[in-house]
Amino acid sequence: MNILAVDTASYVMGVALLKDGNPLGEIVTHQKKNHSVRLMPAIRTLFSETDMKPGDLDRIVVSEGPGSYTGVRIGVTTAKTMAWALNIPVIGVSSMEMLAQNARYFQGVISPFFDARRGQVFTGLYRSEGGRIIQEEEDRITMHKDWLQLLKEKEEPVIFLSPDIGQHASLIKEELGEWATAASSIGNLPRPLELAAAGMDKEPGDSPHTFSPNYLRMAEAEAKWLEANKKNKED
Amino acid sequence: MSKNTIILGIETSCDETSVAVVKNGREVLSNIISSQIESHKRFGGVVPEIASRHHVEQITYIVEEAMAKADIQVEDVDGIAVTEGPGLVGALLVGVNASKALAFAWDKPLIGVHHIAGHIYANHIVEELDFPLLSLVVSGGHTELIYMKEHASYEVIGETRDDAVGEAYDKVARTLGLPYPGGPHIDRLAHEGKPVIDLPRAWLEEGSYDFSFSGLKSAVINTLHNAKQRGEEWSKEEIAASFQASVVDVLVTKAMRAAEDKKVDRLVLAGGVAANKGLRAELTEACGKAGLKLTVPPLELCTDNAAMIASAGTFLYWNGNFADDRLNGQAGLLLK
Ligand SMILES: [Zn+2]
Repeated sequence: MNILAVDTASYVMGVALLKDGNPLGEIVTHQKKNHSVRLMPAIRTLFSETDMKPGDLDRIVVSEGPGSYTGVRIGVTTAKTMAWALNIPVIGVSSMEMLAQNARYFQGVISPFFDARRGQVFTGLYRSEGGRIIQEEEDRITMHKDWLQLLKEKEEPVIFLSPDIGQHASLIKEELGEWATAASSIGNLPRPLELAAAGMDKEPGDSPHTFSPNYLRMAEAEAKWLEANKKNKED
Repeated sequence: MSKNTIILGIETSCDETSVAVVKNGREVLSNIISSQIESHKRFGGVVPEIASRHHVEQITYIVEEAMAKADIQVEDVDGIAVTEGPGLVGALLVGVNASKALAFAWDKPLIGVHHIAGHIYANHIVEELDFPLLSLVVSGGHTELIYMKEHASYEVIGETRDDAVGEAYDKVARTLGLPYPGGPHIDRLAHEGKPVIDLPRAWLEEGSYDFSFSGLKSAVINTLHNAKQRGEEWSKEEIAASFQASVVDVLVTKAMRAAEDKKVDRLVLAGGVAANKGLRAELTEACGKAGLKLTVPPLELCTDNAAMIASAGTFLYWNGNFADDRLNGQAGLLLK
């Protein structure tokens, strides 16, 4: 199976190509630069460096969120449109599940997360079973403090993976103490080849038309509107 | 090489997801427009994040529908033209990235189009443009006078210094308690009332082609306030008619003066506010008197649509003016 994988859910930008299920190459940067400008040049470079053509692809895998709304949209729009144009499936993989792959050999639970501002994180809980990552608690947006309390009650070692680990490290230590394990600096960064591998076994949805990001959160205006309307009804 | 040039156009700069197929810059084979207006109405204006989300959900459906309606295959497409700006950046990014994906997957050239250039070229679909010409662009985000000496060449000779015409309409509509979008409501009310209130006209400095509408909006609010204090009341129809009279007077007078100074024989009206009946009527009369040829696009080509983007993009295609993979959505893109 020939696969293109695309990840722009965080500031990390990654693209990878697999041919017959084997890695051909990847391009990854870890800089806070514009995904919209840089994604397509990276894809084209990777194809030309590996002598692949868009028509060779069997599927496209993309990190579907959660993450930066704009970032996720750039990856998802590119992936679903290209998949539709080539008449192949697009497969979405949670950006948390993608990141959790980095802790495949960890004994305990895996907590990948992205910072979501104002003390919140996008996160989920995973575990490795026989080298495969399975989900234990579904992805969500939550106050990091509340999430850490929930993890503490599990009384199990937890590994934390995040490109935003720096700003959360002291809180994690405070709340979980010895239960917490920090990843290596490389382990904190999502890798597009892992995304491709995670998307290889998944069943595609109906069609690229219906594929859209998993934001995990309503647009702010919508949430406020619903809140206001609920109040009006109660009055 | 085929004699015909077929361009697929994509427009997502605000709250319309639109895809069109246009042959030789003029023949519209399809022009599919999916409006989100119903989702934004309850917020009283377009919410950028919600607009972006809808665009992602709609984009491939609309491309497919446009190609099916035009009855063309991938092989028939010569290039992909997309609005790169100005507009809401998150919304633009969906069209731009989808277009880059199509261009890469199908190995087609990519063309970046300025949204206002698109509005002007809506007129080329109606009647072939001839030069030099002057375009009056009026929409929710723009009020500009643009001089063109040839295809794909634009000189902005006047622009608004504060609110765009459409913005002023929406603000006054809100003051009158009319639903969003307010422009069409004011236009309708204006036809039912008489312009009995003497509202100011912002002519600005002698010889300037620029516009200013924020003072007019304040004048409307003050007039309403003062009348209320005196226990008087103007009807909504009278206010709408007086406001519209002031706007149209300034637009028409400046456009006619610019047309005379620039020695053009052709005037084209462009942008969403071009649907305004009051403006159409006054401009038609003034152009008739001055012996100027006037084109006003039909309603479906006045508001945001991809046929106009494909039409403007066709000339860039013919000029070999292509974009590369780094094409980006730009909220404040200037017209050059
Ligand atoms: Zn427009």
